[in-house]
Amino acid sequence: MQEIIRQLDEKRARARAGGGDKRIAGQHAKGKLSARERIELLLDPDSFEEWDMFVEHRCTDFGMGEQTIPGDGVVTGYGTINGRLVFVFSQDFTVFGGSLSEAHAEKICKIMDHAIKVGAPVIGLNDSGGARIQEGVASLAGYAEVFQRNVMASGVVPQISCIMGPCAGGAVYSPAMTDFIFMVKDSSYMFVTGPEVVKTVTHESVTAEELGGAVTHSSKSGVADLAFENDVEALLQLRRFVDFLPSSNREKPPVRPTSDSADRMEMSLDTLIPDNPNKPYDMKELILKVVDEGDFFEIAPSFAANIITGFARMEGSTVGIVANQPMVLAGCLDIDSSRKAARFVRFCDAFNIPIITFVDVPGFLPGTAQEYGGIIKHGAKLLFAYAECTVPKVTVITRKAYGGAYDVMSSKHLRGDVNFAWPTAEIAVMGPKGAVEIIFRQDIGNAEKIAARTEEYRQKFANPFVAGHRGFIDDVIMPHATRKRICRSLVMLRDKELENPWRKHGNIPL
Amino acid sequence: MFDKILIANRGEIACRVIKTARRMGIKTVAVYSDADKDALHVQMADEAVHIGPPQSAQSYLRIDRIVDACLETGAQAVHPGYGFLSEKREFQEALAKAGVAFIGPDAHAIYAMGDKIESKKLAMEAGVNTVPGYMGVIKDAEEAVRIARDIGYPVMVKASAGGGGKGMRLARNDQEAAEGFVSATNEARSSFADDRVFIEKFIEQPRHIEIQVLADAHGNVIYLGERECSIQRRHQKVIEEAPSPFLDEATRKAMGEQACALARAVGYKSAGTVEFIVGADRSFYFLEMNTRLQVEHPVTEMVTGLDLVEWMIRIADGERLTVRQKDVKLNGWAVEARVYAEDPFRNFLPSIGRLVRYVPPAEGDFVRVDTGVYEGGEISMYYDPMIAKLITYGVSRDHAIAHMRQALDEYYIRGVNHNIPFLASLMAKQRFVEGRLTTNFIAEEYPEGFHAADLPPDDPETLVAVAAAAHRRTIERDAQISGQLPGREMKVAEDWVVMLDGKPHTVSVGDAPQGYAAVVDGNPVTLRTDWKIGEPLFRATVNGHHVCVQIDRQGAGYRLFHAGSRADALVLTRRGAELAALMPHKAPPDMSRFLLSPMPGLLVSVAVEEGQEVKAGEVLAVVEAMKMENVLRAERDGSISKIHTGPGASLAVDQVILEFA
Repeated sequence: MQEIIRQLDEKRARARAGGGDKRIAGQHAKGKLSARERIELLLDPDSFEEWDMFVEHRCTDFGMGEQTIPGDGVVTGYGTINGRLVFVFSQDFTVFGGSLSEAHAEKICKIMDHAIKVGAPVIGLNDSGGARIQEGVASLAGYAEVFQRNVMASGVVPQISCIMGPCAGGAVYSPAMTDFIFMVKDSSYMFVTGPEVVKTVTHESVTAEELGGAVTHSSKSGVADLAFENDVEALLQLRRFVDFLPSSNREKPPVRPTSDSADRMEMSLDTLIPDNPNKPYDMKELILKVVDEGDFFEIAPSFAANIITGFARMEGSTVGIVANQPMVLAGCLDIDSSRKAARFVRFCDAFNIPIITFVDVPGFLPGTAQEYGGIIKHGAKLLFAYAECTVPKVTVITRKAYGGAYDVMSSKHLRGDVNFAWPTAEIAVMGPKGAVEIIFRQDIGNAEKIAARTEEYRQKFANPFVAGHRGFIDDVIMPHATRKRICRSLVMLRDKELENPWRKHGNIPL
Repeated sequence: MFDKILIANRGEIACRVIKTARRMGIKTVAVYSDADKDALHVQMADEAVHIGPPQSAQSYLRIDRIVDACLETGAQAVHPGYGFLSEKREFQEALAKAGVAFIGPDAHAIYAMGDKIESKKLAMEAGVNTVPGYMGVIKDAEEAVRIARDIGYPVMVKASAGGGGKGMRLARNDQEAAEGFVSATNEARSSFADDRVFIEKFIEQPRHIEIQVLADAHGNVIYLGERECSIQRRHQKVIEEAPSPFLDEATRKAMGEQACALARAVGYKSAGTVEFIVGADRSFYFLEMNTRLQVEHPVTEMVTGLDLVEWMIRIADGERLTVRQKDVKLNGWAVEARVYAEDPFRNFLPSIGRLVRYVPPAEGDFVRVDTGVYEGGEISMYYDPMIAKLITYGVSRDHAIAHMRQALDEYYIRGVNHNIPFLASLMAKQRFVEGRLTTNFIAEEYPEGFHAADLPPDDPETLVAVAAAAHRRTIERDAQISGQLPGREMKVAEDWVVMLDGKPHTVSVGDAPQGYAAVVDGNPVTLRTDWKIGEPLFRATVNGHHVCVQIDRQGAGYRLFHAGSRADALVLTRRGAELAALMPHKAPPDMSRFLLSPMPGLLVSVAVEEGQEVKAGEVLAVVEAMKMENVLRAERDGSISKIHTGPGASLAVDQVILEFA
């Protein structure tokens, strides 16, 4: 017994040492924390319960038989974030470069299986050189096992990836299938093929950071949702983020007490909409003034900024916010913004998070780039997502809701539960000018007539009442009372039940 | 008394006049341009008349429209406020013709005091000190010395055609006067092709001190003490106070009596201000008379207890002054700071736009806020970007300054840049506290302009304690989230490290009645607060001192504003701090190679091409913001390596336009 305990202590010590002090120092020198340090920051103090410390790889080829380190390059287990259960794996770059062996993959799979069973989020802290080449297909099989579980867990428990080092080749597809990807600037990158291969094949010279760094993916490709300055910031923000999410699709989102009154009036919202219908305003001001404590956790702020997505709370309960941003591309829908919002809406729907939609949309972005890029299918994603969605949906039209984009943005017709409009709302097929030029094409040469017709159209349609007559708008509300009216609606919708017909799955236009 | 008056102005002064009129039971009529249709003065007035497009020349300066507005609404009198038409004789005359009273002096007084030479002549005749000097042509150095002796040293020899400091020589004795004459003459000849020079008394360490007078139509004239307005930036007053920390009773009386003499000499009625320049030896000389209500009148109201607008209205209605000179007592001290929508860190560039958040400090016995804006309102490009006048009162000057600091801490403005950091810096200057003011104060104290380094080093202990307390409250609440594992609930830690602008401070925070008992870097700190998460103002008593820190959430941390300065705080566990210390310090990228857009706007044109060599001062690009074109020039010589964006692009603030090699 004594001997076993001595061996146990020794094995634990070896596992904890990871790749050794020198490699850990190397990790620090690169501005990165070690796998265990990251877990320490992420989880509540002393809450981490580690599994599979003694797992070692089984490879004997290429001299691997002599090299074993307990844990085999990934630290796995569970713990709590503000008392709530999460499963976590943290790849250890100091052990075989964090490369994924069959055993390494099995460790990840084990916690994923448990997470699905008990209904708790999976958080992956990725820092891996890729496949354990020495293991050959066994390593690839390991990846596929993880992929399969990513898919099985999707929509069952939230999956969050935090890329904190390299993540290249096939390895990228595990994070790609999780719900959210966070990245650390300057020390993480993700790509299918690295700069060397790019150089050989396409003769493009590009650095790893330019090709797949945090800034690239959070602003250009949209692969990453958020980019952080360093490991500490990323992990602290990850803690904040998890507080918004339910543990699984079996639960409602968590509730946190707040002293922010549901009846809080924001008189300044009455002047948010400029007199000039072509002048932009910042939709984020509305969001910040409506949600609890002005606390808004934005997702993908730098990508497709013409639509805003993110989490907030109303009376302590999580809500998802989707809003057109008139400050960017006039808030129109295009390929990127449709994709971004569609994915966000589907996440909220999967995890019982009510969706608040603020609408000021002039339509879809015209142009060959959009049409050739397949805006028809991409725009349809958002339409599909909203239409399929069964969580409480509250919509507020602040200004423009034109054309097909009106339908898309959580309209009454897509089973919007409560649809409000501000007095400044204009719900129509298009703006007055464009409409008149079509309806009264014969008068185009006559500026005076066109002006009169435009004014007539404006009087008739540039208001919320036409939609109101038909009940497509439940009420016209004063901007200053927006928070109060949304809070009331959400409370009314608390126990909403709505089910789509049984099917294997829908066929969203991917 | 009038039943109804019209206020021919906008902004804070229109609101301020409306307040007094309302108290007197007089109905008010506001006028407004298109840009002001939702303005506060329009909301406050009983009636409002639209007078034209945003440009002042087509609205607030249109005499005809304002007279029509009076006739239309039946207003019996007009208060002009300051600026706009307040000192336009034609306005006064047009009103008189229409049978509408003007709440201000008669046209002849406006006219007489509106002319520099005429007013100086009148002042001399009334026995008012004027700056001694010799205006005739001086033929040689000998004559120059004789004149200089007559005036009394020091003197300034100035080129008649001069400007910009050229052709000016200071002389403190005969030799310097002779030499100064020669060199000033030469410089004047070469610079202006005009070698005429004159000699004037040089006022050492000049102060701007003005006397408030009040005169009725029955010959009664009193003075209401002085205001010191020496703190000026480019001839714009920034801080005013009453009384002046410099005047003694005898000087005050002498200045007051001269001011009254001048008012009598021009048959003045209403409130007026006689401005003096005062030297280090308390010699004082007439500058000009302002025949209107001054921007800074509230400081006089605070120390005299009189409502100047009320008296202007009464006097315009023909009432007699019931206040005698002997009744005028100066009680306590008042300081006024002008809060402007401008960016002190970008050379005071006006910052127009929406007031996303606007919460002025609460008014009371010690704080007065004269404002014409509200949260959600707009600072318009068409008018003076003043947000408000913040006036504080105290039994002593120190007391008034302390209240000012507190009030500045509480002033919460978001959406536009504002000069509160600059005002707070002024309030913290030891020289200001000591009252050693001159009109060169700002130029001398901020020789390189205003920078973040000019802000007083804030007491880190207080900020650290505030950040720790705010964080503790946040964590306590986080620990109440639903769905926690039974028996494994989050425990609130007590030991923290506060990274204040990257510098670690060790803190422990324990519970205490109505707040926390903390230890900051080994020193005990007691903090009481009823702050709630999400509130922008963190009011607390820290070791018995009241503090107010503005607190904005910033990612995982907090951004604190206090005493004009800004600090970012990140609160970590002890272990977290150890790990944070391993994080690389990322120096912000060197942006000096880049031309950045100073404001959000539209890129109208780029005047250079890639590879082009440019000299300092050369035009690089033009950015249009709110219909105003801003020309961006090269700050140094160099060549353009890359142009990042093109004409027609809409720019965010700090967006890169082009890059130097």
